Amino acid sequence: MEFPTALVLNAIVAGILLGGFYAAVSVGISISFGMLDVVNIAHPAFIIVGSYIAYIVNDRLGFDPILVSIALSPAFFALGMLIYRVYYLCFERRGQESLRGLAFFFGILFITEVALVLIFGVDYRLVETPYSSVTLRLGAIDFPLRLVVPFVVSIVMVAGLQLFLSRSFFGRAVLAVAQDQLALRLMAIDPVRVKEFAFALSIVTAGVAGAFLIVIQPVQPAVGREYIGLVFAVCVLGGMGSLWGTLLGAFILGLAESFTSTFFGPSWAPAVSFGTLLAALAFRPTGLLGR
Amino acid sequence: MRTRTFAAITFAIAIAVMAASRWVANDYFLSAAYTVLQFIVLATAWNLLGGYTGYVNFGSAAFFAAGAYTTVFLHKALQLPLPVMIVAGTLVAGLLGLAVGYLTLRMRGVFFAIATLALSVVLYTFVVNWNYVGGARGAYIILPREVPFGLPRYIHLLYFAMVLMTAVALIVARAIERSFFGRGLAAIRDDEIAAECAGVPTLRLKLLAATISGALMGMAGTTLPYYLSYVEPSAAFNLSYAVNSIAMPLIGGMTSWLGPLIGAVLLGTVQQVVQVTVSSAWNLLIVGVLLVVFVTLAPNGIMGWVEAWRRRKS
Repeated sequence: MEFPTALVLNAIVAGILLGGFYAAVSVGISISFGMLDVVNIAHPAFIIVGSYIAYIVNDRLGFDPILVSIALSPAFFALGMLIYRVYYLCFERRGQESLRGLAFFFGILFITEVALVLIFGVDYRLVETPYSSVTLRLGAIDFPLRLVVPFVVSIVMVAGLQLFLSRSFFGRAVLAVAQDQLALRLMAIDPVRVKEFAFALSIVTAGVAGAFLIVIQPVQPAVGREYIGLVFAVCVLGGMGSLWGTLLGAFILGLAESFTSTFFGPSWAPAVSFGTLLAALAFRPTGLLGR
Repeated sequence: MRTRTFAAITFAIAIAVMAASRWVANDYFLSAAYTVLQFIVLATAWNLLGGYTGYVNFGSAAFFAAGAYTTVFLHKALQLPLPVMIVAGTLVAGLLGLAVGYLTLRMRGVFFAIATLALSVVLYTFVVNWNYVGGARGAYIILPREVPFGLPRYIHLLYFAMVLMTAVALIVARAIERSFFGRGLAAIRDDEIAAECAGVPTLRLKLLAATISGALMGMAGTTLPYYLSYVEPSAAFNLSYAVNSIAMPLIGGMTSWLGPLIGAVLLGTVQQVVQVTVSSAWNLLIVGVLLVVFVTLAPNGIMGWVEAWRRRKS
């Protein structure tokens, strides 16, 4: 097989841009699964909900989908708080989170998908933005703005979250929950409220990532399933509970997928993330930057 | 009741159920019964690992499809008789269960759950790209012209096969439940570290459970290509198999073999009715909603209610 330079360079750039988007998709899982130990396998479903909300608002009012998702983050925050409340009351407090909590989130994933099919059908939806069809060229390398805009916003979001977690008082409380809940309680901080806040934050990132998704590619309800493996692969590969690790894992997966679709065809791409996940689970479950 | 007695009774019931189909003129009822029975096998198989051991398998559809695609492959390659294909599909899915278990069962249960989820997508992508078994286009299976045993139509034979498979699954589940093996699994579910300390060979038992569970799921899938006579990847890997095989034991009750049976009969029948009277999308929504409602409000399922009622009486 030949590897022409321009093709390789383009695959690298596309992989890095894709990796930025993957970071936005999986940063929520890094928070909920990596730090709070809440195995939210319904995370991709919330991403698709974010996509459809961005789609509806854009379709009716013509606003930019990414701005819409940022403006609507209080709504996603409230949704996240509600879901964590139910999860806490029904599973975590009774110590049943491992089996029934998982089944609960699986049910939510399934209900969301079927409900979206019932409302919108299985047609693909796409949002057209002014930058959707613009591509910057630098020599032989393409920079499609459709990928560049989500990439930039996503990096800002992940870096902002990391700063918030490591610098602010509340962020440090979230990190502390990941390590020792009892110690937190002894310092008169309610771990449940901290977890509720952090989980809500993870749902906000899902909403924003949903807007990215519909800018990048057409969306239909079942698309979310492809991202389940991806988000956990990124989270496990990068190391649990480390946002820099998430970023690194996202770039690795983005590059791997971009190379597979360039050289073997896009129909093999989904197997990459899941294959990486299986390999990471089997050989290095602590991840690259894991503690 | 001894396992041998139970097996004899179950087979007697199975033969009676098979004989009853002679008087059923309507093919629809046979095919509906086939679907419900298939869900009993899936739910029972899932419960071996999910209910007895406490490890959640989200990849039932992958094991099921592994059985189905083994049949497609052997049908294309060798035209083997049905019983051989059933055995082959069972073995393939069992090996798959062993492999996944070997890779992930040493870690926390969560990782096994996520890995099984990943497994469905990897296998799905593999089958979509595998042209020999039809790839994304799917494969047509031409049914044999003459039906063995002088049965009127092919669906009768498939129905018989599924009744026997259901009997086998129930007997295996009950035998496991009452053996050293089953008590070991229950110990793992309650406290894995304590079980390990008490001398339970946890990893070996978990691997065995994953293998048997995967094998039974694959077995249920082996007759699917003949039942549909056209298989495509999205039909064989349908998420509804995974959801149903989790929802049914959770709704019925997970600690005994009766729970999945009750859950599958109830939920399977409801779905058949809704599918005919309303639509198949609504029927999936109902399964999802029932799953969430039961898991939040009645975590021990219907068998949990029965036990609570019995305890109050005594």
